[in-house]
Amino acid sequence: MLTQTINEEKLLAEFEAKINAEIKIEPKDWMPDEYRKHLIRQMSQHAHSEVIGMQPEGNWITRAPSLRSKKILLAKIQDEGGHGLYLYSAAETLGVSRDQFIQWLHEGKAKYSSVFNYPTLNWADIGAIGWLVDGAAITNQVSLQRTSYGPYSRAMVRICKEESFHQRQGYEIMWRMMEGTVDQQKMAQDAIDRWWWPALMMFGPHDTDSPRTSLAMKWRIKRESNDQLREKFINKTISQAEIIGLKVPDPNLIRNEDGTFKHGDINWDEFWQVVGGNGPCNQQRLEHHFNVHKEGAWVRESAIAYNIKHTNNQ
Amino acid sequence: MDLKLKYYLQIADNALILSHRLSEYCSRAPFLEEDLANTNVALDLIGIAEATLEQAAIIQGKGLSGDDLAYRRPENEFYNTLLVEQPNKDFAYIVVRQFLTDAYHVAFFSELTKSKDPFLSALAYKSIKEVTYHLRRSSEWMVRLGDGTEEAHVKVQTALDSLWKFAKEFFKETDADIFMQNKGFGADLSKVETAWNQKIREIYIMATLKYPPLNDSQVYGGKEGKHSEYLGHILAEMQFLPNKYPDAKW
Repeated sequence: MLTQTINEEKLLAEFEAKINAEIKIEPKDWMPDEYRKHLIRQMSQHAHSEVIGMQPEGNWITRAPSLRSKKILLAKIQDEGGHGLYLYSAAETLGVSRDQFIQWLHEGKAKYSSVFNYPTLNWADIGAIGWLVDGAAITNQVSLQRTSYGPYSRAMVRICKEESFHQRQGYEIMWRMMEGTVDQQKMAQDAIDRWWWPALMMFGPHDTDSPRTSLAMKWRIKRESNDQLREKFINKTISQAEIIGLKVPDPNLIRNEDGTFKHGDINWDEFWQVVGGNGPCNQQRLEHHFNVHKEGAWVRESAIAYNIKHTNNQ
Repeated sequence: MDLKLKYYLQIADNALILSHRLSEYCSRAPFLEEDLANTNVALDLIGIAEATLEQAAIIQGKGLSGDDLAYRRPENEFYNTLLVEQPNKDFAYIVVRQFLTDAYHVAFFSELTKSKDPFLSALAYKSIKEVTYHLRRSSEWMVRLGDGTEEAHVKVQTALDSLWKFAKEFFKETDADIFMQNKGFGADLSKVETAWNQKIREIYIMATLKYPPLNDSQVYGGKEGKHSEYLGHILAEMQFLPNKYPDAKW
């Protein structure tokens, strides 16, 4: 028992030395249980978010108002699904299968980003998701490119390249609508009014209320805190809104002398309600995923049966 | 109606409407890889539709765009076949509809490469690579479902028997088909049908499905602008924003 404790202490010291030396932790390396658990939770949540996020955007493919916008949206959603795939694969290196991740999602044991529990109500929402939601995600993901776990870090490098396109396409939709008719401008403002606060909530609770942050920062899974990332996002996004004539729905927003911003109070009651399953679309999103998975079982079973039959015949 | 324009619209509308049906299926596939593949096919088909509609708008010469033809045309001026507008009843229906269309697209575009119309010939050369991949994918699914579990076999056979009545409209010659073929611009549909039949029979055998289906009677109409009840709903959804906000540019 004593030998085991000494060994673990030695392994932990080596692990932390690697982290401090900026050497990536790889799947076969020893890692503390807490580190593994944190990554399993965070990476699977990230993968589920990419996949669940296909639903609110998919809601507008068939109504995209031009062939160009339809192509772009299809390609974007395809990218998001692809991100889900990289992330499930990266997360599987921690010893949990994709089937298990999906089962945990269906059982309510795994979460996805709460922002996707809001509905997409007009075409500008597709712009707002690209610009604000993907914009907030990138702010976080740029930082995650340097995360200490190798497979996660490498997945993030690839994902960030695509996400930056997504953000630009979202902004382009908003910009075109603000250049358009009064109806289009109203839709764009309506979209930012509804998506601004959920986008800010994507960074999670304030640092003082975020229990997992300190360990994740120590092991460099996270490199910057929730509040630091939120501030970065706000500072770059508000000027983008102003350029095209959109107003951020924050009456208490303060512009600091150095050009940065201080946002008004975030409605954390709403945040915890949505995290707790009581947002506008939680049930709809999860039921959709659950039902589709269930309805597709016969297809997966047939593909497996065919493979077995023909592998045995060879 | 200008027969050359109609011929272009026949090609574009098959791609556009099938792409719409596949778009409806986004986030609904049996697993993630298949969702991406499905979206990818939808994207390729939109590409074919967009290029062809833009050229059709030039032929029409009324100063309209490809988007105008997609978003502002009435239902009875769409010339896609009835098959491609059939709904996503389940994965077996989606696979069968796709397979029958992919096999047509490969045979059709192979013939169309010989067209004396430079646009159609170029379109055919570009599209053949994409639709060959589509056919490979849908053929593999036909076989996996047909020769996999008993349940899947029954489902794919049911879908096939149900959709077969729409399968041969691709080869039902319209005045536009005859006009373009006589000019050396259009594909020879009898050759397309022969190649299609061969592929269909091959995959039926590999998939252990009954060929030919017991009931071989066919329903036509789409290529003449007479559609099923489904197309109106597809267009109501697709054209919703341009219809509601006619002055808006997106």
